[in-house]
Amino acid sequence: MKFTEEHEWLRVEDDLVVVGITEHAATQLGDVVFVELPEEGTTVTKDEEICVIESVKAASDILAPLDGEIVEVNGLLVDEPSKVNEDAIGDAWFFKMKIDDLSVLDEFMSEAEYKAFIG
Amino acid sequence: MTDLKRTPLYDFHVANGGKMVPFAGYDMPVQYPAGVMKEHLQTRSAAGLFDVSHMGQVALTSTEGLEALTLALETIVPVSVAGLKPLRQRYGIFTNEAGGILDDLMIANTGDHLFLVVNAACKSQDIAHMKATLPDHVTVTEITDRALLALQGPAAETALARLVPTVTDMRFMDSHRMDVNGVEWWISRSGYTGEDGFEISIPAQIAADVAAKLVEMDEVELIGLGARDSLRLEAGLCLYGHDIDTTTSPVQGNIAWAIQGIRRTGGARAGGFPGADRILAELENGPDKLRVGLLPQGRAPMREGTPLFASSDSNDQIGVITSGGFGPTVQAPIAMGYVPTEYTTDGTEIFAELRGKRLPVTVSSMAFRPSTYKR
Repeated sequence: MKFTEEHEWLRVEDDLVVVGITEHAATQLGDVVFVELPEEGTTVTKDEEICVIESVKAASDILAPLDGEIVEVNGLLVDEPSKVNEDAIGDAWFFKMKIDDLSVLDEFMSEAEYKAFIG
Repeated sequence: MTDLKRTPLYDFHVANGGKMVPFAGYDMPVQYPAGVMKEHLQTRSAAGLFDVSHMGQVALTSTEGLEALTLALETIVPVSVAGLKPLRQRYGIFTNEAGGILDDLMIANTGDHLFLVVNAACKSQDIAHMKATLPDHVTVTEITDRALLALQGPAAETALARLVPTVTDMRFMDSHRMDVNGVEWWISRSGYTGEDGFEISIPAQIAADVAAKLVEMDEVELIGLGARDSLRLEAGLCLYGHDIDTTTSPVQGNIAWAIQGIRRTGGARAGGFPGADRILAELENGPDKLRVGLLPQGRAPMREGTPLFASSDSNDQIGVITSGGFGPTVQAPIAMGYVPTEYTTDGTEIFAELRGKRLPVTVSSMAFRPSTYKR
């Protein structure tokens, strides 16, 4: 699994990149009460704001970690936003992306590097 | 960055895992490890303990007696202070010459003087305002050696009665002073959550001990400012500086109920407060806009500053959300904001613009959750 400085995790599954937010990010956000997901089939560019997460405290965005196409979104989060707090790196994935070249994932942080990053 | 002030419970908050943030010049707990959602639901189902020592506690005394004192305060607040019975408390507002609101406050009649609780962010300005405008026979004293706690929720009475048995005799808005083991506690049956509960002024040096005794009880947990905000929002209670301010009148702010008939046109002590011309006219003729409750029809929370429109495609903004978020008890987004009078009927559908999209919102009563005061 790889990690971004925006506190997203990325893992490859069937040649797609599955994206979610880290437990650290979920804890910082607090109780998540609303998730807005992009539409399946949307082409996105890196750093574009594509999801909205609202906690009881505040709203924040998820940025597209890479250029690519959103091929699947996790509708479970729309019905049960609290999954983000309960299982951030499991059931609470946000979307799956198709990207041209999976090797670009190598640029992101490893778990050890991410742990050092959040201190 | 300016130095943040600390309440007498600062160390207690840190020891209990409070996440400290700057608020109105104080370093205050926004939440504890349980988090805003659980803290909110805890207060609704059992009892929550809040540190509100950052708020201003002010004594008003007079060399000319209590009646002269109450009449003096009536020159700067539009409520009936002279009609406030001993050992009772009442909601009030300081108005300005334009009929706007300088602050909202609680006014208690102690039997021989008045005790006020004002907002933390406004307290210096409120005290200066009172010193500048009240007559010479009135002395304004800020009380800085006492902490203020709020114990709120259906189990608040049971919990507090273990320390002060006579609180069971109090009803909503009673304000008593009682001796507890040789120390004077000032207790009112009131709060800012829509729940039954108490606000408790005690000497700063016993505050941490009292808080610890309460939190040790099964019914009581510590609650931070985050849940304080969601609780008051669900109860439809306004927050000064957000839902009401110097640009909104008490009539527009939907707190005209705080202005008793005796201060209105035709009353025995009508007018005689700053902005009376405008406020009395609005009471007679209605305001141009009104603070209302708003229920977003979808699941997206709508926060302060979200613009409101009459339809899904009109270009003219009709109003704005002044407070909003997610209501943990009602399990839905809730908000309040200002709309022109023609849109204030319950059930009226208007639209909010959120992230470039127009989303339907239903105008509603502000008490998203009915209060449970012990009247």
